Amino acid sequence: MSTAAAATASAVTTSTLATGKSQDRNLTSLVFLGALWFSLFFGVVVLFALIVDTAISGADRFDKELFTQYTQSFDPERAEALAATGRDPKDLSAAYTGFKSGIVGSVILMITTALMAIPLGVAAAVYLEEFSSKTSRFSRIVEVNLQNLAAVPAVIYGMLAASLMAAVGAERGIAIGGAVALSLLILPVVIITTREALRSVPDEIRQGSLALGATVWQTTWRQTLPSAVPGIATGTILGLSRAIGEAAPLVMIGFGAINFAPELPYITSKIEAFPLEIYDAAQSSREIVRQAASAGIIVLLAMILGMNALAIIIRNKFQRSW
Amino acid sequence: MNSTTIRRALVPGVAALALLLTACGGEDDKGDDNTDGGTGSGDYSLDTTVEGEVAVDGSSTVYPMTTAAQELMTADGSAIQVSVGQSGTGGGFEVFCAGETDISDASRPIKDDEEAPICADNGIEYTELLVATDALTVVVNPELDIDCLTVDELIALLKPGSKATNWQDINPEFPDEEITGFIPGTDSGTYDYMASEVVDGDAEEPALRNDFESSEDDNVLVTGVAGTQGAVGFFGYTYFEENTDKVKALEIDGGSGCVAPSAETAQDGSYSPLARPLFIYVNNASYNDNAAVKEFTDYYIANLETIAAGAAFIPLNETDYAATQAALAGIGS
Repeated sequence: MSTAAAATASAVTTSTLATGKSQDRNLTSLVFLGALWFSLFFGVVVLFALIVDTAISGADRFDKELFTQYTQSFDPERAEALAATGRDPKDLSAAYTGFKSGIVGSVILMITTALMAIPLGVAAAVYLEEFSSKTSRFSRIVEVNLQNLAAVPAVIYGMLAASLMAAVGAERGIAIGGAVALSLLILPVVIITTREALRSVPDEIRQGSLALGATVWQTTWRQTLPSAVPGIATGTILGLSRAIGEAAPLVMIGFGAINFAPELPYITSKIEAFPLEIYDAAQSSREIVRQAASAGIIVLLAMILGMNALAIIIRNKFQRSW
Repeated sequence: MNSTTIRRALVPGVAALALLLTACGGEDDKGDDNTDGGTGSGDYSLDTTVEGEVAVDGSSTVYPMTTAAQELMTADGSAIQVSVGQSGTGGGFEVFCAGETDISDASRPIKDDEEAPICADNGIEYTELLVATDALTVVVNPELDIDCLTVDELIALLKPGSKATNWQDINPEFPDEEITGFIPGTDSGTYDYMASEVVDGDAEEPALRNDFESSEDDNVLVTGVAGTQGAVGFFGYTYFEENTDKVKALEIDGGSGCVAPSAETAQDGSYSPLARPLFIYVNNASYNDNAAVKEFTDYYIANLETIAAGAAFIPLNETDYAATQAALAGIGS
């Protein structure tokens, strides 16, 4: 009997602690609790209000034209009048403007960025974590610089990539230029998260592998890296979902408005990026175009949330515990 | 509607549209004998077989005009790939003079002392084409009981270091209201024009007073002026036209009486000194060697009035349009 009572008592204590409902109901603790709740909900409420407001203002434009039409800026009445000249008002009127070039462009940009940033970032992290001596001066300098690079504003990477592209004589506004800027932007994030993932693989696994006669390279390639995949994938996707929303570096690269489909090979084709197109539409003098911008924001948000969800799924699916 | 009917409807259609647009622009009909569009409403036969790329960059003010040209040409079936950037007039000239773009949008003429020599050093020859007119519009909160400002009053209001905080500081006859200002950001061509052409032209670095709120987004300026008592601001005519119910445009007295900003007063030059020209600069070599650049430029100029109307710009008057056509014809020779 007494053990059951003790168990109940401990369960009660645990549950009250967990919910923050202690017996201690004096003023200070209530104020403190209030402050905690406020902090918790402040960001969430603001974000929620922002999303709802944007969704409402873009409500009229969640149609297929948003995805199938290029940017169109003609005054709707003028566009109707132009029908007399045999042109289709639907191809001109701002009321049917869409983000086709931006969505296509951002997908190309993300794939190119991933292809550049992931191998580079993972390789750098593997070297730092598995091969370099942790105490050497060189490692420490690299370490500090990585942390600093992660905090550099995105537009700086844009300028760097722009001068890089100019130095090799590449055309302005092509996909590879934007991908270089975005890769540089997310590289520190990829390296740091990959290192965390590698660090969380227990040393016993490495030692076991080495003890069985594997070389350091074999150990890394066959044991450590596969075990770290969930962490690496999560970090990389989060990095990419940061990159997809970036506009500033792409302005520096010279991305402009286009209304044609990119051609193979996509990396040297001129493209437009989704966030830039939204920024443009949001500054329009026409209410109807600003509504399309709101709808575009929600679509971009959905893309980012989708990528984050993918990161969570990958993490949960491949997570192991030792 | 099958294609023959479309073609049959085309000829009277173009003529009717030319008349319609001319009527909308409110011009006096000097060009009666010229019903195919005296200021560029498109009798140009687009060659849809031309392919190629055209790189455009420059002023964000002219940007909507050039993208409208791009959209219209694509709607007409052209496969030419036009990309239009908006890194600002200065940024545009930088890449234009490096030979990286074919056409540069500009909300002011190229600077003879700074930019033109770079073009010359790089062997870039270009032609300036006037494509539209903009009327910088000074707006106030609709509640404010002021209708007209002289240029001197405008200078007193906007000059750097101005101490005017009440409308009565500018003119004792003005209402006793506090002044709140909403003006474009220092990077914009609109700010540049107001500072260098109107307010502070003699200074080495023309500027405006710095205690007014500023934003690069004209919609923010509209909201600010509409929502604040006694507020004043200025921006391009397009943004005023879309917000006539929210803000009130002031008439400007440039020495010969109060003139309201409008398509007509900007076209005939009476809205002075706030009417400003908008240009495109065409690289002569690109125009002559690249069929896509030639086709796009020719199409742009031929359809200038349609494009200007569609993108809510003020079309050129007939004299200016004829000058632009002549300049265009001069590139090829």
